[in-house]
Amino acid sequence: MAGVMRFLTRTAGGQDGRRIGVTDVLAYGYLILGVLLILVPVSWTFLSSVKPREAIEAFDTRLLPLDQIEAEVDGRGLRPLYAWDDPRTEGQPVVKVGPTRALTDVARIDRPEEVLQAPRGELVALEEVRIATENYLDPILQRGGQRNFAFFRYLGNTVFVTVVATLITLLINSMAAFALSKYEFRGRMTFTLLIVATLLIPSTIILVSLFFVVWSMGIFGSLWGVIIPAAATPTGVFLLRQYMLTIPDELLEAARMDAASEWKIYWRIVLPLSLPALSVLAILSVIWRWNDFLWPLIVLISDPTRHTLQIGLTAFSGEFSSSTHYILAMTVVSLIPVTLVFVYLQRFITTGIATTGLK
Amino acid sequence: MTQVPALRLSKIVKSYGQLTVMHGVDLEISEGEFVVFVGPSGCGKSTLLRLIAGLDDPSSGEIEVAGKRVNGIPASERGLSMVFQSYALYPHMTVRANLSFGLENMRMDRAEIARRVNHAATLLQIDPLMDRRPGQLSGGQRQRVAIGRAIVREPKIFLFDEPLSNLDAELRVQMRVEISALHAELGNTMIYVTHDQVEAMTMADRIVVLRAGRIEQVGRPLDLYNHPANRFVAGFIGAPQMNFLGGVIAAGGGLTLDCGGTKQVRFDEAVPAGARVTVGIRPETIEVSLDGQGELTGTVTGFEQLGSVTYIYTALPNGEKLTMQLAAQVPLTRGQSIGITLPLAHTHVFLDADGRALRMAGGHR
Repeated sequence: MAGVMRFLTRTAGGQDGRRIGVTDVLAYGYLILGVLLILVPVSWTFLSSVKPREAIEAFDTRLLPLDQIEAEVDGRGLRPLYAWDDPRTEGQPVVKVGPTRALTDVARIDRPEEVLQAPRGELVALEEVRIATENYLDPILQRGGQRNFAFFRYLGNTVFVTVVATLITLLINSMAAFALSKYEFRGRMTFTLLIVATLLIPSTIILVSLFFVVWSMGIFGSLWGVIIPAAATPTGVFLLRQYMLTIPDELLEAARMDAASEWKIYWRIVLPLSLPALSVLAILSVIWRWNDFLWPLIVLISDPTRHTLQIGLTAFSGEFSSSTHYILAMTVVSLIPVTLVFVYLQRFITTGIATTGLK
Repeated sequence: MTQVPALRLSKIVKSYGQLTVMHGVDLEISEGEFVVFVGPSGCGKSTLLRLIAGLDDPSSGEIEVAGKRVNGIPASERGLSMVFQSYALYPHMTVRANLSFGLENMRMDRAEIARRVNHAATLLQIDPLMDRRPGQLSGGQRQRVAIGRAIVREPKIFLFDEPLSNLDAELRVQMRVEISALHAELGNTMIYVTHDQVEAMTMADRIVVLRAGRIEQVGRPLDLYNHPANRFVAGFIGAPQMNFLGGVIAAGGGLTLDCGGTKQVRFDEAVPAGARVTVGIRPETIEVSLDGQGELTGTVTGFEQLGSVTYIYTALPNGEKLTMQLAAQVPLTRGQSIGITLPLAHTHVFLDADGRALRMAGGHR
């Protein structure tokens, strides 16, 4: 704990110099700004996801999830409670017994048959802090009429797409990067530049042609139609190639002297040594595939059993109404796996630097 | 008895596009020999080693290992092993895995792998390190592991590519002795590349001096030292460097030194009078007289007292510099004049036109 505090309160002056200079103010200010930029939207999403539906729809911007207290009133069912500062209530909460007007009919909960006239402005909603767990549980357990959102099926589909696409991405991108970084052949640079140049083309431009390709390969409408086109990424090839360039050629030559086949050199030497770059690409790929929306929507829209989580979320947005509270809750759920993957993989990014075998 | 040489190179040429870096190298290395390739950086010694190893292919010429032509045969099938300058240990594997990796690739029996790895580990005293990774080893230990990786393959020829250049001076001397001992124990043919002529002199059975892709001279260390074939070899072998003085062949034999004085030498071949030559004299053969008696007089510009030897740096009146080595401790002051005598017996004469050594009649050759 002390170590963490020392880390967090470090200054440019070093350990002993506790003086806070301009650099420290600027650095911390910049870092705090960055943290806020990233953290505020996520926190807002999370805080909103535990608010009751009524609070969401009323655009309640308070941080706490406040819900109006309801009580069973004889002959009237479950009613929201109000406080009305009037001697006739004797401190008892009231419920509305008629439509809301300038003078609204209200009744005390202990004497529901006695109707009083309260000015609308004097009625204050009685609220309590309540975590709206139903936002999470309804869609997941298919309660509360949420039959259209098959959470576990969508989750399964998304996990399948993400895991398989990431594995294929890592495999073929690293193979391409290995060839482009460690083999001398005519046009090596041209191919590298061509691959990197495809970064300049927005994916929406190739949507139609990609559609025809996937259609003609017969994988349209299946999860493979989402996995295969996304497997080769110029970013991945470039990232891995640049990293593999730093692996000394002597290691590969030593392996060649050691009778290792080219595949073995790739599999036993180059891949393990590229672990940091592979982790980065794995994180990127998981995030891309997990959050992918447009392309899966095109390929999978017609078959609800193959929807991914991100497409599934659209089930909550209807033509006339949106269940924003469910969308928020399910968004938070869909963030959890990506976060865990990141936490797990980010360690490998730094370890690679420490395990150098050359002098 | 004619024995098949462990390695035969004939007319090896290596070009990279327009640039030719090896100009037809011929060499034979016998079984069990310790041969050192030495030369300044860029002389092609590492290139030659890589050609032998099979990591590069020659543009033309033949390479034979134990009488078998190996051109085009992959590195792993030539029966050689190599110790790289950077050691090139696999950083993500333990020492044991580093040693056994090559044997596993050859689909060797597990028990045999274990036997060879343990044998090499004992030989090199790295058994306590077997489960560590290269990152946790010191420079000298990594060096041993790299040698161990070469040993376990029981190769026909060991190739060393400047293996000691990353070690500090003390460790270098120690490893030099150990590699020599290893050669004595294993008896394998070894080819060792270095730019350090001290390593070459101390370790080699035979030295191959290379310059700009050509072999300048091949011979035993002392042959090279005593009878350099040309000015380059004379200057490269020996520390401190041989002294070189300008001179002209005088009419009627003999030569005149630029710094004054003549030498009565006769050559086995006809040398035209007036030809420019360079006279080479080893620093330890020069006679020094502190009281100024001698054929030449030099001014002391600097000196180094190492106890057992003394190096004296002098300037001659015509500006040429002369280094002397005395196996004694002598009192000196900077700027002092000393007498210098150049012994005829240990003088080398090189023709300036092509740098080759002139054979001297009745001389030491």
